[in-house]
Amino acid sequence: FLGAGGGNDIQWCFSQVKGAVDDDVAEADIISTVEFNHSGELLATGDKGGRVVIFQQEQENKTQSHSRGEYNVYSTFQSHEPEFDYLKSLEIEEKINKIRWLPQKNAAQFLLSTNDKTIKLWKISERDKRPEGYNLKEEDGRYRDPTTVTTLRVPVFRPMDLMVEASPRRIFANAHTYHINSISINSDYETYLSADDLRINLWHLEITDRSFNIVDIKPANMEELTEVITAAEFHPNSCSTFVYSSSKGTIRLCDMRASALCDRHSKLFEEPEDPSNRSFFSEIISSISDVKFSHSGRYMMTRDYLSVKIWDLNMENRPVETYQVHEYLRSKLCSLYENDCIFDKFECCWNGSDRQVESFSLIVMTGSYNNFFRMFDRNTKRDITLEASRENNKPRTVLKPRKVCASGKRKKDEISVDSLDFNKKILHTAWHPKENIIAVATTNNLYIFQDKMN
Amino acid sequence: QDAQEKDKAVPPERAEEAKLKAKYPNLGQKPGGSDFLMKRLQKGQKYFDSGDYNMAKAKMKNKQLPSAGPDKNLVTGDHIPTPQDLPQRKSSLVTSKLAG
Repeated sequence: FLGAGGGNDIQWCFSQVKGAVDDDVAEADIISTVEFNHSGELLATGDKGGRVVIFQQEQENKTQSHSRGEYNVYSTFQSHEPEFDYLKSLEIEEKINKIRWLPQKNAAQFLLSTNDKTIKLWKISERDKRPEGYNLKEEDGRYRDPTTVTTLRVPVFRPMDLMVEASPRRIFANAHTYHINSISINSDYETYLSADDLRINLWHLEITDRSFNIVDIKPANMEELTEVITAAEFHPNSCSTFVYSSSKGTIRLCDMRASALCDRHSKLFEEPEDPSNRSFFSEIISSISDVKFSHSGRYMMTRDYLSVKIWDLNMENRPVETYQVHEYLRSKLCSLYENDCIFDKFECCWNGSDRQVESFSLIVMTGSYNNFFRMFDRNTKRDITLEASRENNKPRTVLKPRKVCASGKRKKDEISVDSLDFNKKILHTAWHPKENIIAVATTNNLYIFQDKMN
Repeated sequence: QDAQEKDKAVPPERAEEAKLKAKYPNLGQKPGGSDFLMKRLQKGQKYFDSGDYNMAKAKMKNKQLPSAGPDKNLVTGDHIPTPQDLPQRKSSLVTSKLAG
């Protein structure tokens, strides 16, 4: 049972690492998003170079009962290219901001990938047979002289080596003036939303020439701009409900049945601030970088610079739980502001669960610096810090917990705050929807960890 | 006695704020606020004035146009960005190393 606590705590072991070993990281190789599909069989990554790489889990093998299947490359393609908008003198990055999978309806797989301006629906399909025995063509494609054809045959399908093809089926463009930060597929599996800094649009997956604006927070006078939209997500089972978070640390829940333009929220979630604690940094560190509903949709989780908060949808005035990710950074805010790290956008995720039942949303995971990542068990209130590093790469060896020494005398095996490498940040993590398998992205490498079986 | 001292101690955030203000006395009065947001909204904006460019070319018809310094995004003073200066935005033709 996932994280039931006590003797049943998950023991994480290294499984695989993907990517180059070299220290000199090309910009294009920086991983910008990681996402499992609904079955967990496929794992997609997007990078700054606009490329998508999809890994597929090996079928489980009776002789390998000690570990779950490994992930191997299944398909890779160029999703987005750099563009220049001449009218606005705007350079559009090809970086993939988000990937979201559609639930599988037939043999092919579909995913949405987005950069700052354009969302694309990609179809990934397998081809393992091809027709052979045409009457007018040779096998190599050359045309036969029709006068040499004396008999007719019926072409048949013969097996061929598996080919995985990715093709763009829909391109949803020209609907965002500002930079897209989120996409979220509705539980109706027909529509999805895309959110930029100031607006949220609703699309139908089949229709690319029309999009409905459902949230618009652009002030009439841009001088009055005080907050931007940072993330948005549809509720997991209520198809008219969605939430969006802001740079001021608030979350608004909206119901599309209330009006066509959901500028008035149905609920506003905000934790009151302690005025004595207010500083220049308060608003910056309260900016929410990610929001994720729990499996049942009863709760949602938000990530701000220093913490993860769990909110009960029935209680707007404060979170029900708060977990400190790296509180020791509070006394380093000045230098983190100077090196821009204070603006890093960390994501967060729930443990996997194949049931939309609240009792299964037990563990939250998020990244930190020095290639550390953190997990919090909501039941036991215990937390753990682990490291994604090639030094720990012996399969089936349990990862050793890490500890940061905030102040005072550093114990053996602890690392002091000043020794942390702020260039090694884990912004993106994902949890397999059904099993205890996690994907953790460092700057340019993808680590896969599994729990120790047996 | 220890507890009393703790109460008087400056909260870490305020101490950090004091450090920052000491280094940058002219830092905006509004905490967080519009400056960051405007910068965020303007990401990707490139400035090029074709009028300035053509006039500079005419003025220096026999000389080389001043080329970009190490920071190619810096557009100040007499420096007019030229097509040669703009970083080439080509898509990655190389396969991701994750797939290697």
